[in-house]
Parts: sequence; structure tokens; C-alpha cells
Amino acid sequence: MAKKGLVVKVKELKTNIAVVKGLEVSIGKIVDDTWEEPEGPTPFPSMTDLRDWDFKLLQRYKPFYLPFCDVCCLCTFGKCDLSGDKRGACGLNMAAQSSRIVLLACCIGAATHTAHARHLIHHLIEKHGRNFPLDQGGLNIDIEAPVTRLVCGIRPKTLKDLEDAVEWAEEQVTHCLSATHTGQEGSNLDFESKAFHVGMADQVGMEIADLAQISVYNFPKADPEAPLVELGFGAADVKKPTILVIGHNVPSSVGIIDYLTKKKLLGKVEVVGICCTAIDLTRYSTAAKIVGPISWQLKYIRSGLADLIVVDEQCIRADALEEAQKVKTPVIASSPKNCLGLENSTDKPANELISKLVEGKVPGVLIFDPEKVGEVAVESVMAVAPKRNKFSIIPEIDEIIAAGKACSGCNECIRACPNNQPIPEAMKAAAEGNLKPFAEIFDNCVGCARCDSACPKDFPLHSFMIKAGEDKSLSEKFMMRSGRGAIQDIEIRNVGGPIVLGEIPGIVALVGCANYPDGNEAVAEIAEEFAKRRYIVVLSGCAAMSAAMVKDEEGKTIYEKYPGGFEAGGVLNVGSCVANPHIAGAAIKVASIFAKRNIRANYEEIADYIHNRVGAVGLAWGAMSQKAASIAAGFWRLGVPVIVGPHGSKYRRMLLGRKDKKEDWYVYDARTGDKVYTGPTPEHLFTTAETKEEAIVMIAKLCMRPNDTTKGRSMKLTHYIDLHKRYYGVMPDDVHLYVRNKMDIPITMKPEVLKILEEKNWKETRIPDPTLLKRMIRKRG
Amino acid sequence: MSAKAEPWQTAEIAGPKKALVITKPEVAAAMIKRAKRPILIVGHLSTKTDSDTGKMIDYTIRLNKATGIPVVATAHTIREFVKQGFQPAAQMSAMDIGNRLKDPTWNGLDGKGPYDVALFMGLPYYMEFVILSGLKHFATNLKTISLDKYYDPHASWSFPNLKVEEWTQSFETIIKKLGGN
Ligand code: SF4
Ligand code: SF4
Ligand code: SF4
Repeated sequence: MAKKGLVVKVKELKTNIAVVKGLEVSIGKIVDDTWEEPEGPTPFPSMTDLRDWDFKLLQRYKPFYLPFCDVCCLCTFGKCDLSGDKRGACGLNMAAQSSRIVLLACCIGAATHTAHARHLIHHLIEKHGRNFPLDQGGLNIDIEAPVTRLVCGIRPKTLKDLEDAVEWAEEQVTHCLSATHTGQEGSNLDFESKAFHVGMADQVGMEIADLAQISVYNFPKADPEAPLVELGFGAADVKKPTILVIGHNVPSSVGIIDYLTKKKLLGKVEVVGICCTAIDLTRYSTAAKIVGPISWQLKYIRSGLADLIVVDEQCIRADALEEAQKVKTPVIASSPKNCLGLENSTDKPANELISKLVEGKVPGVLIFDPEKVGEVAVESVMAVAPKRNKFSIIPEIDEIIAAGKACSGCNECIRACPNNQPIPEAMKAAAEGNLKPFAEIFDNCVGCARCDSACPKDFPLHSFMIKAGEDKSLSEKFMMRSGRGAIQDIEIRNVGGPIVLGEIPGIVALVGCANYPDGNEAVAEIAEEFAKRRYIVVLSGCAAMSAAMVKDEEGKTIYEKYPGGFEAGGVLNVGSCVANPHIAGAAIKVASIFAKRNIRANYEEIADYIHNRVGAVGLAWGAMSQKAASIAAGFWRLGVPVIVGPHGSKYRRMLLGRKDKKEDWYVYDARTGDKVYTGPTPEHLFTTAETKEEAIVMIAKLCMRPNDTTKGRSMKLTHYIDLHKRYYGVMPDDVHLYVRNKMDIPITMKPEVLKILEEKNWKETRIPDPTLLKRMIRKRG
Repeated sequence: MSAKAEPWQTAEIAGPKKALVITKPEVAAAMIKRAKRPILIVGHLSTKTDSDTGKMIDYTIRLNKATGIPVVATAHTIREFVKQGFQPAAQMSAMDIGNRLKDPTWNGLDGKGPYDVALFMGLPYYMEFVILSGLKHFATNLKTISLDKYYDPHASWSFPNLKVEEWTQSFETIIKKLGGN
């Protein structure tokens, strides 16, 4: 790894032989700075460089803390009781402690993505050299790596350029994490600002990871027509030897496909995946298939369909090895972050490892070399599969009936279930031979198996559900569009204007994990609601998979019905978790391409632009992880509102606007310097939707922005009012806050809206050129 | 009725400050009667009518009729209210009403001053759990009462974990004590 030990920047260097301009020399490299865009104020920003911006947002969107418990237990002074107005032994109060927990979660998430990026770059440089060119979309993309350009102020061109950015991100994670130490930061708002900061660093880390893998592995490059790939239990022909890959970091899975290709075995062995590795593997090869989101791990492992499991990193069940052993499936661990207690066998000969796995001498092996993983996985699975004969531990119906009869009705299972599923009742029904209630639970189950662990009689309750649901699930097969990567410049050129003017009513990003309150369907339903209304619907990660898991009467999924372009009514899967910055990147590119703003190291101005003009909203309906927290934080700092599903309330802090406080909703008019009331647009920066109905109505509302033209606003209001009436059965009681002048009123709704305006004593306001930054005022008023 | 009060979700241990257990519905009725400015927050689970939850929404309406307590319907709960011919005082997200209740300067839905008692029912257990915790810590002048059939330790007062029959009977008693029918 090359370190930038010394950097000398020379604006103009005159020597006897030549005059050199804009030369930057650093040890080990020379960067010719030919970028015509001037550098903005915050290249490689420090932890506090954007603090003023954060405070502007936090002034409007104040934290509402929701602590899990009354105590802090982070150091040996504690536990400290922080209830009421008490302080801990270190002087910390509950608000600061709660924000510290938020920061910790964001640091964990950002560290995970950044370490993932670091690992990928390291591995890819080792294989392909430091000068391997980056390519996100050929001629269709001029503005590659928009997040890195905006945050760091560099234009990475080769793998080695990514190192500078990842190094910066690593430094930020370390600084931010250090602020959570006892006796460091004491102000809750400063903790919040640091959470924003590390979220921004996380966006850089993710962007780097995806840019590197897109370039080297030749994933779809900003391709609206990325191929349709198969998803579901029924997607693979599991009569064949089947390798299941789980995780997020794709090189070891690429090793499998490469080996299969080399040995001409593609098609003879099935490779199926769970979670983001699955998405990324289908970006590499359409021969790979997706089982489903993270919640499907136990379902698949216990079903015995996988003859060998390869795990890499992130969101993998900690008991994957134990569960695999129960069905005699060998495991290969391939990431230093997830060694599962296995002996490191990277340097052992492949043959030795294969025979150990095939003979069942070891439950698994640990191999860090992706190519060796490929060889060992493929050769082992072909020998293991006939021996295993799809051995499964899913119980027979008799066994479930017997358990139902023996159940004591103690309720421990339901009290352990995050979704409060009526398992004791299902057991009663099972005793009578009726498995229908268990099949219904299967649909609402996140696959955590907490019920199993809690049952004092050790009934494998999750397996009972799998059995009850197997008729449906085993044959299920859906089509999902593979991750397309970035958004093309030309696409932005086409929609930038309509987005900023509000004529495309919004960009709805459905992202995150699968910790759903009640099944997969909600994501598909929400996506379709907005695609039909010609919003741009962008998806990633497990949410992108869930959206594929509903078919219409013709058997088509949402990806087969809607175009994959960044356009009104488009439904786009950008890719895995690390593809999320393409969504932020699209907003940044709107500022750059449509509004011709400089983005280079110009974070505050662009965030202000996006916050006031780009009607984008994120919904993480099943957000579970710390990574989801840091991803959200990256959007908060950009001023993009994020909604989480009900389980997301357990992130323990919301950022809520108060529409009843008029004074909170003033912006500067950049033309005159006047302060202008804009209404609560957008009302919140981070909030929870209790139900999918509420999420839908909230999304429509949070797409409104101060900059909307009257045409755009009236269109956004049409959707908001229409959805409100449809899902809530009544007119919204706050339309008057969103009507600036009568032209904003949707024509078809005029009488009812006018009536409300009259009741509320509404007064016309003007539409400003909105900014929260005083320095953006062109003329002092 | 059991006086045992453990959190319904086993892992949701709270403390040191834990909800006092409403051992008799009469106690809840007395608290509602004594409240100067009570408010009732009703989540979407109240619209479910299966054997697990009973018909909470009917009790809500009866409670309102008996006491005039303003009802805030969260999420799409309002739809069911309106279907039943009942107009809640407001539709608001659970986080929004929680956030306002936290603010001692908020003068309520009618602008007449802060509430002193907030009753909760029908939110997902874990969501109600964290919102009640937020209020416990940051709304120092507010008392909260959980009327769900589960013990919610972050409330000021909560029913213990109840069987459906015990729970519906409690409501009947409360409404009767408050002069409703
Ligand atoms: S970090 Fe502070 S509040 Fe937490 S346990 Fe230590 S002394 Fe107590
Ligand atoms: S496995 Fe499913 S039913 Fe069991 S506790 Fe988890 S979510 Fe509930
Ligand atoms: S925990 Fe086990 S014994 Fe108890 S009710 Fe559930 S299934 Fe029955």
C-alpha cells in the first residue's frame, strides 16, 4: 500500500527549463491536477469541518431520543442510572448517552463498509495492479464517483486513487469512534454531528467498494437493461450439487464462478446466494441465482438444499456453522472478519482440504484466498452432494403434531418473537393436525429462530414453520433485475429539470435489510404504488430482492413491468448495500449536471441544494443493521429524509421537524436575501412509519421541497392528498402548509382544498430560490 | 388477574425506573378521572379484531364518549375510526405525537395547554416501548399509562400481561367507573 507521506502542492513552478502549473507531488506518485472545476472549501473534511451545516439541520430536525433502558454500562464507573435528570459518573446525561449510541452504531456501520472497501481494493490491486482503470459506465458517465468527488475533492481514475479516499474514510471512522470514549464528547448535538460525519465517510467507503468491483469484475455498468436474474427457493435446480454463498464481499464467490467456468462445470453445479453477495454475484454472472434476503438463511440451510456453504462477511448468522453441521453441510469461511473458530487453512494444499470436507473430518475450513475457495468449494460440493443426498432436518408432520400435543402453552416462544407471532396457538392447531397457522406465521417470520431458543421443550419451531410453508416456498421463483450500478449522466440530463422543478414527483429509494414487521410483500407494494404514479423508484440490497417477491396475475414481478432506467416510472435495482451511494450520487449529479454547480469538495453547498430541491426520500422498511444506520446518516447529512419501518424505532433516535412551529421553516431567498416561509418541506429527516400505509403517505409528503414550481407542487400535492384519502380515508389536515399560492392547488381537488385554506386562515407566500446558507445569497436584500 | 409484571417481550428489561402495575382497573379509572388534561394515543393494532387483541377500537370510542378524552389515531388507524362514524381529535404518526408530548411548551391539539396524562394502546409492543421510554426520560411532567394487555415497563403505569378476557373486562370496568356505557 502506498502511503502519501509528503504532499507538496505547487500552484506554479518556474524552473530554468519550464513553467509547470497545478503540480502536486507526493512521495510515490505525481498527480497532475487538470480538473477544471475549482476546489471547494472542504476537501477531505475533518470531523468538524461541516459541523455548522449539521447544526443547521439539527436546529430544524431536533433529536427525539428513545433509550432502550435507563442505564449506561460502557465503562467500569457504571452501570450508571441516567433516568430523570441524573448524570453518570463521567457527567454524561441521557441525551448525550443516547446520541452516543447512535454514533456508535454509525461507526460500526461505516467501519464495516470501509473495511469491506479496503479489503476489496487490497485484493484487486494484488491481482490486477494499482493502475487498473476505474470504469463505472464508459462513455455514459463523465462524473464517476460523485460522492468521492463531493466529499474528498478527488477524481479517482485507477484503483490506486481509491486508496487516498479509503484512507481518509478510515481516519474519520477512527476519530468518530474515539469520540465515544468515556470523557470525550459531552454534547448530544456534537455526537449527532459526528454521526452525520461518519455517515458521510461511510458513503465514500461504499462508493469506493462498488466502483472497484464494478470496474474489475465488469459488473453491469450503469445499465438500465441489466439482465433479469432468478430469485427464490425454486430458482435453482437443487437436484444438482448446490453451493450456497452468504454475505456481502464477493471475491470468494467470484472464485467459485471462475473455477466452474475454467473447468467447464457451469450448469452442472448450482451457485445460489443470500444477502448482498447474492446480488453482487448475479452482477458478475447470470448463472448465479438468488435465494432471498438475509431472513432466509435458516430456512435454506435447514431445508438441506445446500450441499456446501461459503460465508464471507456481514449479516451472516453467528450459528451458521452449527446449523450447517446439523444438515451435514460443510462450510468454507473466507473472511478474516468471520473466521467461525476454524483453523486457517489458506496455505494448505487444496486436495487435503477437499478430502477433509468430503469425509466430514472437519465441519468447515477457513480459506482467505478467493481462488482457492473456488477450487475447494466446487471440488468438494461435487463429492459431498451425492453423500448428503439433500439431508434435511425439517420435521415430518407427525413430529409437529406430537410436539403440538406436548406443548405446555408457556408462551416463551411468542414472548421471544420480535413479531409477536402466535406460535402457542399454532401449536394448539398443530396438535389437531392443522398446520395452516404455522404456514401463516412463516409469511410474517424474519427467520431469527428466537422462538426455537426460547422454547423450554426445545421444539425446533422455526423448522415447523418451514415445513408448513414448504409447499408454497419450495416452488417459488421470481425475476429480479440485477444491480445496474450508477446512474448515467444522460439519464440525469433528462430528468434533472423535472426533478428539481417537482414535475417528477420524487425519487423513492427503498433500501436496507429484511427485518420486516409482517412479511416481504410491503416493499413490493410500496414500490409499485410509486412506480405507477411515475416517481423514480430506486432499490438496493435486501429491499431490492423483496420487491421482486410478488407477482401480478400474469406472473410478472415489478422488475418485468417497469423500465430499469432512471426515469419517471422506472424501477431500478442499483445493486447491493455498497451500491447505495449511486442513489446519493444521482442527487449530487443533478446539482452538477442540471444546475452546473461545482461539486468538487463542495459538500455544504450541494447538500443545501439537494435538501431544498431534490425530492428524494429513503425508506428502509426492514432496517436492522448498524450499516443501515450509517447509510441513513450519510443521507441525513445530505438533507435527504429517511423513513424506517416499525422495528427501526429501535435505532432509538428520530430527527423530527415540527410543522406546528412556523419559525422553523424559513429559508433565505438566494435572490434577495429575504427570509421566506416555505412550509415544512421536508417535514422530517428521520422518522418511523408504523405501517406500510403510513410509510406510503409519508413518502409522498416528504417528497415536497421549497423549490417546487407550482406545477410540480400541485402534482406532489395531488399524490399526497390522493394517497392520504385512500389509506387514511380522510383529507390531510395540513394541506394549507404546503400551498404557497393558489396555483399550487391540484385542479381536481380545488373546492375541498380551498375550503381547508379558508378554515385555516391561509395566507399566500412566495416561492424563493431556497437556501439555508447565508453565503449563497447573491444580493443582500 | 395476575399481579406479576414482567415485560411481554422477554428481553425488553427496563429499569431502575419501571412502570407501576395497574392491579385493578379501578386504579386506571381513578387516574383518568383525576387527570386534568389527558390524551389517548391509539395505534393500528387496535383495529384488529382477532382473538389475540380483542376489539380495542370499540373501547377507545366508548372511553372517549364517557370522558371526552381527545383521541390521536396513529398511522392508518383513523380509517377504521371514521368507518365507525367517530372523528378522532387528530391523525398523527406515533413519533410525532411522542415528540410533541415531550415538549413542555406544546399547548396541545387545542392550544389550551400541555397534557398531564397520556394513555397508549395499539402500537406494536416494541415501538410503544421505545416511545414510552423517550417520554419517561424527556417528558418529566407527563405521566404515561399503557392500556395494552402487555406489561410495558417504560410507562408510568401499565397493566400486567393479561389474558384477553381479563383485559376486556378491565376496560368494561374502567368505562363503567367513568360513567360510560
Ligand atoms: S461512560 Fe459514563 S455514564 Fe457510561 S458507565 Fe461510564 S461513567 Fe457511567
Ligand atoms: S423465527 Fe420467526 S416466528 Fe420464530 S421468533 Fe423469529 S420471527 Fe418469530
Ligand atoms: S415455548 Fe415451546 S412449550 Fe412453550 S408455548 Fe412455545 S412451543 Fe409451547
